[in-house]
Amino acid sequence: MLEGRALTVRRSTPRLWLSASWLALISLAAIFAPLVAPHDPLAQDLFAARLPPAWAEGADPAYLLGTDSLGRDVLTRIIFGARIALTVALVAGLATAIIGSTLGLLAGYLRGWVDLVISRIVDIWLAFPPVLFAILLIAVLGTGLSSIIIAIIVIDWTRFCRVVRAEALNQSAMDYVTSAKVAGRTRLSTMWREIGPNVLPTICVLLTIEMGIAVIVEAILSFVNLSISTDAPTWGGMIAEGRTSIHQAWWVLVFPLIVLFLTVLSFSQLGEGLKDRFDPVLR
Amino acid sequence: MFKVSGLDLALPDRVNRPLIGKAPEIQILKGLTFDISSGEVIGIVGGSGSGKSTLGRTLLRLYEPTAGTVSFEGRDITHLSEAELRPLRRRMQMVFQDPMSSLNPRRPIGAIIADPLALHGLDGISARVDRALDHVGLPNALRHRYPHELSGGQRQRVGIARAIAMEPDFILADEIVSGLDVSSQAQVLNLLENLVDELGLTLAFISHDLSVIRRLCSRVMVLYRGEIVELAPVEQIFDAPKAAYTRELLDAIPLPDPNQKNW
Amino acid sequence: MTAFLEIENLSASLKRQRVRMLRSVSLSVAAGEVHGLVGESGAGKSMIGKAVLGILPAALAIDEGEIRLDGEDLLAMRPADRRRAIGAKAALIPQDPLTALNPSHCIGPQITGRLVDILGWDKRKADMRARELLAEVNIDDPDRVMASYPFELSGGMRQRVLIASAFAANPKLIVADEPTTALDVTVQKQILKLIREMQARHGTAMLFVTHDLGVVSKICQRLSVLYAGKVLEQATIAEFFADPKHAYSRALLAATPKYTDPGSSLVPVDSSVTDLVAAEIEAVDEGWRLAR
Repeated sequence: MLEGRALTVRRSTPRLWLSASWLALISLAAIFAPLVAPHDPLAQDLFAARLPPAWAEGADPAYLLGTDSLGRDVLTRIIFGARIALTVALVAGLATAIIGSTLGLLAGYLRGWVDLVISRIVDIWLAFPPVLFAILLIAVLGTGLSSIIIAIIVIDWTRFCRVVRAEALNQSAMDYVTSAKVAGRTRLSTMWREIGPNVLPTICVLLTIEMGIAVIVEAILSFVNLSISTDAPTWGGMIAEGRTSIHQAWWVLVFPLIVLFLTVLSFSQLGEGLKDRFDPVLR
Repeated sequence: MFKVSGLDLALPDRVNRPLIGKAPEIQILKGLTFDISSGEVIGIVGGSGSGKSTLGRTLLRLYEPTAGTVSFEGRDITHLSEAELRPLRRRMQMVFQDPMSSLNPRRPIGAIIADPLALHGLDGISARVDRALDHVGLPNALRHRYPHELSGGQRQRVGIARAIAMEPDFILADEIVSGLDVSSQAQVLNLLENLVDELGLTLAFISHDLSVIRRLCSRVMVLYRGEIVELAPVEQIFDAPKAAYTRELLDAIPLPDPNQKNW
Repeated sequence: MTAFLEIENLSASLKRQRVRMLRSVSLSVAAGEVHGLVGESGAGKSMIGKAVLGILPAALAIDEGEIRLDGEDLLAMRPADRRRAIGAKAALIPQDPLTALNPSHCIGPQITGRLVDILGWDKRKADMRARELLAEVNIDDPDRVMASYPFELSGGMRQRVLIASAFAANPKLIVADEPTTALDVTVQKQILKLIREMQARHGTAMLFVTHDLGVVSKICQRLSVLYAGKVLEQATIAEFFADPKHAYSRALLAATPKYTDPGSSLVPVDSSVTDLVAAEIEAVDEGWRLAR
């Protein structure tokens, strides 16, 4: 070919920048929550209950996104809610990825009885209804942030395990693995150094999706009141509460919902965007 | 260098595996006996299913023979464990058919050549990589590129560079030109010929195509369904083939000549 | 002989990158003639075959030119009419006999399916025709083969099935896209002979895509040598092998191994030859880019 291979240009797609910006904004807000939040997330003021957002009629400009039925500032609670959501996303996402991918890699590359054992466990795991599983776990562990995280890890490691196993199986059939053997590499070293980098892009994409899922799971558990104490500012909790007063105060429901939606969307887009940008092999 | 006698190899047949119990075995190599002497270029030829690739990989002990013996430089390697084989690995290298699959797609060229060197604790790795790239006629700047950014011929030369960088005594070349265009094919064949002269390599060249073997090899082994049908000096194979199968293979090669006989 | 397939000034390019893939290709194939398209990978030889059959990848756009099949300009037709015209008159023998057959269907329905569903043949008549064709491609036991799944057949057998299937609807033109590349030499010889025989018996026009000059010399009457989507030379087989005109053609011939001639050394295609062609092409492309 004439021009051929010089044409592979790295694109920094808008989806990478948009999603990264949104997540950066949310993260900053979460980290500096006490500094940036205009009010105390728990402070109730029944005289200022159900105030509409600042631009609507009858609003108090001090409450930018309005207040809920107990007079708590919606914006402040969204910002503090981000702390919980992002903690869950990060800790649960990473732990799930590490555990699931390692098991998947072992099963896919070593095969034999290791694969047999891991794959059967995954099969059994997948036969449990996940939501019921989560609720049961929380019932046993008690509510709280760490319980949510543990529940997510216990349920979702199979997602990584299955995908990474399939990918590792594919990669193991490639000649570069044989070539590593000819070079005298040990099996474990081949797994980390040769196959590892080739399943990493897949893991990254899965990881960001998993982070989004973790945010949703946390919201769902909060929604059914199984997350943290009712008082604590969580997005799911806010949505659950907003639902009861949707006709009088739509903003209590809508704003956390939008933030939740954008965050989950950004996580999944971030993964694909990162892959486009940094994976040396373009598809 | 290699002494092979009575070599048998059977692999489990996954296709016809019964529902319960072990898969039946298919006999792929059947009692092969031959030697490869130092400094020789031996061609291994046969159709698909003849076991030529399997034979090559058994020489490198990527498979363990079911019967018979393989010895390398007087040492019996038939049943050595992977750990016992590791020190020997530097001395026998392999170049693969499909360079796209044999080069790790997510490692740059420089690392692909350097990794095996580091594994065997060789010194002056960077200089060795330079020298290997130079030997195969690739510019140094390619070190930082990834395999998919190279052309097919270039990739195959990286595969050769990786093998010779180890300064091995023996190289197995498994169908290394069958995926290439004629022009890169000619380049790679000429390169290999020069390297054999220059570095005094012992080479086993596996191919399904007799026509690329004539200039490179001194002896040719023709395999058919896991058995040696003919093993003779290259002139004899081409000018006075004894086995009917060898003749059939030769006759089937389409020469760039509209007036070829028997067509 | 009148030309059954005529391609005139066909140019195609990658839609997004504005890279030209075919550059004013013109050729014609008469009924009963086999025309070889020869070149190295990336030369655009398969692309011409795909353009004729209307199966170019979506990323490619045809910029200009005409493809006339039996006198009708395919590119001027509406897509639905074009598909019908191509389906009725042309067929493909694909490269890879493994992926070209659906692994989860028996052979029989894969041959008759098109006849029954698209051409509206009677089921029994289609079955008869399939059996007849399988016998014609030297398959001893057509009934057994029709009831087999693709994985139960060898590579050579599968390619025979695909040839039978290509001839099933009596096409006037067949595009053979490297049909023997995936086969052993001994099988390749049988298959080439078979294609030659079938083609001669049915008087089919054929575009034969290959990278192998040896194969071309056995089956074609004329050929086009392609490089970077441009036809460098067109000649009859006898002319070409006696006296190749273009420097690139000579270089390709010199790089092709000939086992009968032990003294001959393989000469890789010299980059000065390809550079010259590339420079020529670049000059033309510059004008093309400016015009857009």
